[in-house]
Amino acid sequence: MGMDQKELRQWEARCTQEEPPRCQAACPLHLDARGLCTALAEGRVDAAWATACRTLPLPGVMARICDAPCRAACLRSGLGGAVEMGALERFLARAATRTPPVRPLPARGKAVLVLGDGLAGLACAWDLARKGYAVTLAARDPGRALLARHGDELPEAALAEALAALERMGVALRTGADPSPALAAREDDPHALPEGVDAVFADPETLSPQALGLGEPDALTLGTTRLGLFAAPLPAGGAAGAPPSPALLAALGRRAANSIERFTQGASLTAGREREGPFDSRLSTDLDGVAPAPPAPLPAQGADAAWARAEAARCLRCECMQCVRRCAYLEHYKGYPKTYARQIYNNASIVMGMRQANTMLNSCMICGLCETVCPEDFDMGGLCLTARRDMVERGKMPPSAHEFALDDMAQACGPDCALARHAPGQDASAFAFFPGCQLPASDPGAVERAYALARAALPGPTGLLLRCCGAPAHWAGREALLAQTGEALRADWLALGRPELVVACPTCVLTLRRVLPEARIGTLWAALAGPGAPAPGAASGEALAVHDPCASRHDPAQRQAVRELLHRLGRTTVEPALTGEYTECCGFGGLLDAANPALGAQVAARRARAAQEDFVTSCAMCRDMLARAGKRALHLLDLLAPGEEPDPAARPAPGHSARRENRVRLREGLLRGLWAEEPGPRPAHEALALTIAPEAARAMQDRRILTTDLQKVILHARETGRALVDAATGRHLASLRPGPVTYWVEYEPDGAGGFLVHKAWSHRMQIMGGPA
Amino acid sequence: MSTLKVLDGDYSGWRCAACGQSLVMAPAVLEYMGSRFEVELPRCPACGLTLVPEDLALGKMLEVEKLLEDK
Repeated sequence: MGMDQKELRQWEARCTQEEPPRCQAACPLHLDARGLCTALAEGRVDAAWATACRTLPLPGVMARICDAPCRAACLRSGLGGAVEMGALERFLARAATRTPPVRPLPARGKAVLVLGDGLAGLACAWDLARKGYAVTLAARDPGRALLARHGDELPEAALAEALAALERMGVALRTGADPSPALAAREDDPHALPEGVDAVFADPETLSPQALGLGEPDALTLGTTRLGLFAAPLPAGGAAGAPPSPALLAALGRRAANSIERFTQGASLTAGREREGPFDSRLSTDLDGVAPAPPAPLPAQGADAAWARAEAARCLRCECMQCVRRCAYLEHYKGYPKTYARQIYNNASIVMGMRQANTMLNSCMICGLCETVCPEDFDMGGLCLTARRDMVERGKMPPSAHEFALDDMAQACGPDCALARHAPGQDASAFAFFPGCQLPASDPGAVERAYALARAALPGPTGLLLRCCGAPAHWAGREALLAQTGEALRADWLALGRPELVVACPTCVLTLRRVLPEARIGTLWAALAGPGAPAPGAASGEALAVHDPCASRHDPAQRQAVRELLHRLGRTTVEPALTGEYTECCGFGGLLDAANPALGAQVAARRARAAQEDFVTSCAMCRDMLARAGKRALHLLDLLAPGEEPDPAARPAPGHSARRENRVRLREGLLRGLWAEEPGPRPAHEALALTIAPEAARAMQDRRILTTDLQKVILHARETGRALVDAATGRHLASLRPGPVTYWVEYEPDGAGGFLVHKAWSHRMQIMGGPA
Repeated sequence: MSTLKVLDGDYSGWRCAACGQSLVMAPAVLEYMGSRFEVELPRCPACGLTLVPEDLALGKMLEVEKLLEDK
């Protein structure tokens, strides 16, 4: 079974993108300052005000007197100065043309008495009235003290409007006398609440716990020794004698309201309240490349719309998205790891219906970049790989996702391509050159030249081991197949006498270390850059951009060896913005190119744009993916062991059929050339000479149809006579299902014993014959 | 199982090489991932050789294959 709820929570918790920004976490009332600034920077004054009104009690008052404790947490502080939230709130309170009406919830049938009209009392009354409580607020002259303290900022009309709003929300104002401690208890029982009252809150500026004859209330709940009576000490102010923070006072009222709601519902007074007051957000925000910007200068006549827009625009809109910004795959699906974790969890939980996330989780390159940039090490690759293994185990992996890539791997490990030999004339191997399966597919000549180079450079007899390391099985989540591939590999390695493997593919290095942990494994690059290697050459040629393969992300020695070799070759190198441990995948990793070729091409194109210069890389697949994206790209071996190609950076990537043919020919050529052995005969269908029309060749590449598939179809049609003929054109049409795919080919004899192919297509659905 | 009609082209130009007969539309059973459909396809009336045209293979058929793979 895949991940359970608990594991999902653990994955989700590692992604901080949904954490509130620092300002909102620091605000005692948790005003969404980021959302407010976003709207205001777009000139949407009423929308920004609505954002404030969603959170602030008595917004017309609070916004005018807010002391903006968020400023201390603002990440803009070090880059020009914190966003002037207090001034922005005041501007909004003045400039907004519409205040959203407050619609209290249906009446709860509970009565609450608030004693006192300080900010805490008013905020408590506001919040409880919103929640549907019948609130009575007792004060001699509500708001008088607020006006006295904040008269400069708070016009009398704004206070009057807030009190009128309270009354519209159903709050009864009991005026005329100062509330006394006696109001907090029943006349006949000083330990009980007044008759008909379900809870009481004593505003700290009006009735302190001491005045009520109570001990210190509980800091979390504001509960006192008298059940249902909530009270609070005044919040600690800044400077001695300074008035307490309005935001903290209002937050006390809100805390009391929350406690009263829990109390009257019989819910826990303590559970899950850790983040009620100011807290530290875990949101990580990358400030790299953010230019400092000082606060917008305030116009002489005071804040106006232009000033507010400019000031709000200084908000950094703090978010994480560090992985998403650097990964075309994460960006493509328009979410972030936390949302993806949930989608993957839901995908696995579906019993009936469509699995919507199959392609998404099969598109991750498993390249490790997200984990490297994530402050919490969220590894999307690990998440996707676990999901893929689970799908394979439960038989839910779409067969078409990885089949072609796994067939390719099977060919590379099969008798036509695999080879394990001691060097010509040797009967032991201290080393074995392991080029991987994509270098033979991309450039078989380079393998022959590299093998010669390795034999000359290594201090002992160097055998050759041709086969696939098993990475495609690993990426496809096929654990059993990976183990099986590993066993075959181990058998070859043991037959060669446990040589040190000298590897020319970064993905093979990673995989071999996983499947053959007992082997000594190094890179061809380190071997050639080691002691005894040639001295640096004179600088020559244009500068090259180094593309680190994603498999070398955590292998600095390998990356360094590549650069050392380029230096000795006299080549100047430049680094793309994302390089070294932060390098980008070429679009092949994780079998992206197999499961989602369109996105694979996008990823390759994005990487191709990362440098002006020609790329040079130590991975044959990276080189070919970049070449397919139209980028000039060299394999390191094009420089270390050049062939006859005049411009190897322009060499097109071979198509699917050519790749497989290259592997077969490489083995045949090596057997004949180095070991004077005649390879076994080719299968009969390969003797058919096909000429493929260009349009058909393009379609075959897109549809992953191989020339050998067509040869099998045509041979079968000729042997059995089962084909269709179009009388008008003389074309033949035949099909064959050699495996899980049916291939069709439309062709005609070319008059010289071969065939001209006009069209080719395939389908996975099987024709079962006529109805039963 | 009702027979789906998904083709409206004329495939009578194709003759079965072995039987010499023109193809006619006839019901055929298609299967993928355990699901079966009866679809009208051009077919040799003598030996039953059945044609899956390119448009069908890359259109409707591919669509259904993908749906079944994600089910």
